[in-house]
Amino acid sequence: MNAHSFDPVAAVLLIPIGSAILLALLPGYRLTARLNVVASLATFLSAISLFVIERPQPGPYVLVDDLNIVFIVLNTFVGFTTSIFSASYIAHELETGRLTPVYLRFYHAMYQTMMFGMNLAFVSNNIGLMWVAVEIATLTTVLMVGIYRTHAALEAAWKYFILGSVGIAFALFGTILVYMAARPVVGEGQDGMVWTVLIQHAANFDPALLNVAFIFLFLGYGTKVGLAPLHAWLPDAHAEGPTPISAVLSGLLLNVALYALLRFKILLAANPGALAPGPLMVTIGLISVVFAAFMLYRRRDIKRLFAYSSIEHMGIIIFAFGMGGPLANFAGLLHMVMHSLTKSAIFYAVGHISQVKGTQRISRIRGLTVTHPALGWGLVTGVIAIAGLPPLGIFMSEFLVVSSTFARQPLLAIVLVFGLLLAFGALTLRLTSVAFGAPRGSAAPTQASYVPMFAHLSLVLIAGIYLPAPFVVWFQHVAQLLG
Amino acid sequence: MQMHSLYFDVSHTLAGGLVLISFMMLYQDRLYSLLNVFALHALVLALSVAWQAFIQNAPHLYVTAAIALIFKAIVIPVALHRIVKQLGIHRDIESAVGIGPTMLAGMGLVALSMVLMLRVTAEADPLAREDLAFALSVVLLGLLVMVTRRNAVSQVVGFMSLENGLVLAATGAKGMPLVVEISVAFSILIAFIVIGIFLFRIRERFDSVDVSALDDYRGERR
Repeated sequence: MNAHSFDPVAAVLLIPIGSAILLALLPGYRLTARLNVVASLATFLSAISLFVIERPQPGPYVLVDDLNIVFIVLNTFVGFTTSIFSASYIAHELETGRLTPVYLRFYHAMYQTMMFGMNLAFVSNNIGLMWVAVEIATLTTVLMVGIYRTHAALEAAWKYFILGSVGIAFALFGTILVYMAARPVVGEGQDGMVWTVLIQHAANFDPALLNVAFIFLFLGYGTKVGLAPLHAWLPDAHAEGPTPISAVLSGLLLNVALYALLRFKILLAANPGALAPGPLMVTIGLISVVFAAFMLYRRRDIKRLFAYSSIEHMGIIIFAFGMGGPLANFAGLLHMVMHSLTKSAIFYAVGHISQVKGTQRISRIRGLTVTHPALGWGLVTGVIAIAGLPPLGIFMSEFLVVSSTFARQPLLAIVLVFGLLLAFGALTLRLTSVAFGAPRGSAAPTQASYVPMFAHLSLVLIAGIYLPAPFVVWFQHVAQLLG
Repeated sequence: MQMHSLYFDVSHTLAGGLVLISFMMLYQDRLYSLLNVFALHALVLALSVAWQAFIQNAPHLYVTAAIALIFKAIVIPVALHRIVKQLGIHRDIESAVGIGPTMLAGMGLVALSMVLMLRVTAEADPLAREDLAFALSVVLLGLLVMVTRRNAVSQVVGFMSLENGLVLAATGAKGMPLVVEISVAFSILIAFIVIGIFLFRIRERFDSVDVSALDDYRGERR
């Protein structure tokens, strides 16, 4: 295959779906786990090649622009590292008998189908297709959350399913309304759902209809982002599924819904008569941050703890995009990337920890840095990063969010800082008990794969100390696009 | 003009009929009768979609109508009937809220969607306008069914009636692309629930499909 006939967009879609079919058919754990890694790597490399190869022209279904390239590359990268983590995690689950070989085949096939759904959502230029893709990604994660088939896992899957479906139904209603708003201007048929066409004509749409559409879309996709009043599914789904799935849920799936919201926010911003989406996003973002920060104190389960921390960070990101403007958008984008990398690294550590200790209860895990230094210090680094301490990347993005807010709306910044400090307190409280002190629980050695965790953490560290100039320029450009 | 008012009246009647049947769902207190009412709901939806296909001259919508008729009016209700029978749960539904307040809430929701949709779509053509207002009523009433029931079967029925409202909205939006694909995607979603999670797992593990029984297993109360 030479460079001219190679189509990276087709590759990021066809590799996952092709390997999903293959993985469903092939027996044998070692082979399929490796194949999963290889397929994820191939998808990641194709995504990288989007930077080099000339982009396809936006068609009725597919669009590659400066905004979604960031999401696709991040998505496939974390998908790749998670597949490495998943290989060692799943080996342990097979040994302990929590998963049988048949379920494992199902698991791998679903993993790749989910990657397909997420990539499709990112590259789609059609708001109907995007909706279908988000639905595919949701369905596959529902099935994977319930894969252990315990009471708790089934309850989590059921709750996720019901809330996710209602969210998805609202998103579809919003999508229909956008089409209704576009129809008098763009005309009937295909064009009324193509995003690049919509954005050109958005200024002439009926503002009232567009407003109602955005409310539905915000409710619908906001449920999937896990924003505060609509978050009920998120902690359960994170806690009860396999840990690799918690990592992709927090690191990637929330971003998919966020991306959908951003697309519609740009659409709304292009219409002068429509309501400004900013205040709505800022309010919900702040509610999420403060609510999640309080909830962090009451957690007894280590995966739930970090699930609530994801709600908090999604709140920060939505807040930043809601504030808008080049600086806040830049900070929001950076924060999203940093959060994805850090949170998935934390879940890699937590996955191995809960396997070796045989529990997810925080009170039964003590002195990790003594018994398992690599895991323990990995977790410490991850939590320091997620709590927003320098010199790691999240400190920088949070600092940008807070300082740009102080310059414009000091009162909002005070609420935000209050939430951040609360969350910081809760995380350090839990961290000290888990990582230090007299060891409790099994001290057996683990066969953990440390590479993905430390790769993510070192990226976050590098970003915190020095952001390469091309990266900054790119993000500034995308921040401009977001308005 | 005469012809057009006939077009309008028929689709108006069918869409209004859907809202009425949604109300009927609110007060069914037995699972079997709830399933029967749902089958009627899907039948009226199929008629409404077929009528839209006829007046819009859009033959692909007949596919959506056929899916609604075969899958949602026949296959799913029959399958759920059998599940209910096998599980032995044809006793009364305990609805979380009484019938009176539920009906009042339903009326409030319909009024809300009328006020909202008719106001914001003032410039759209009257057919699409009223269709959209009815569709939102059906969606909200479906949500109300889901909220007021504790039993998992009736929650699924509520979700399916909500989805019928979305199909009504999508077919009413003239010339909307991907309608068939979306209705297929939704059917797959429903088939997944009914077959997958439900039949195998919840039954196997719980011996009861009362969702409130699941609440006892919250991770943090262990």
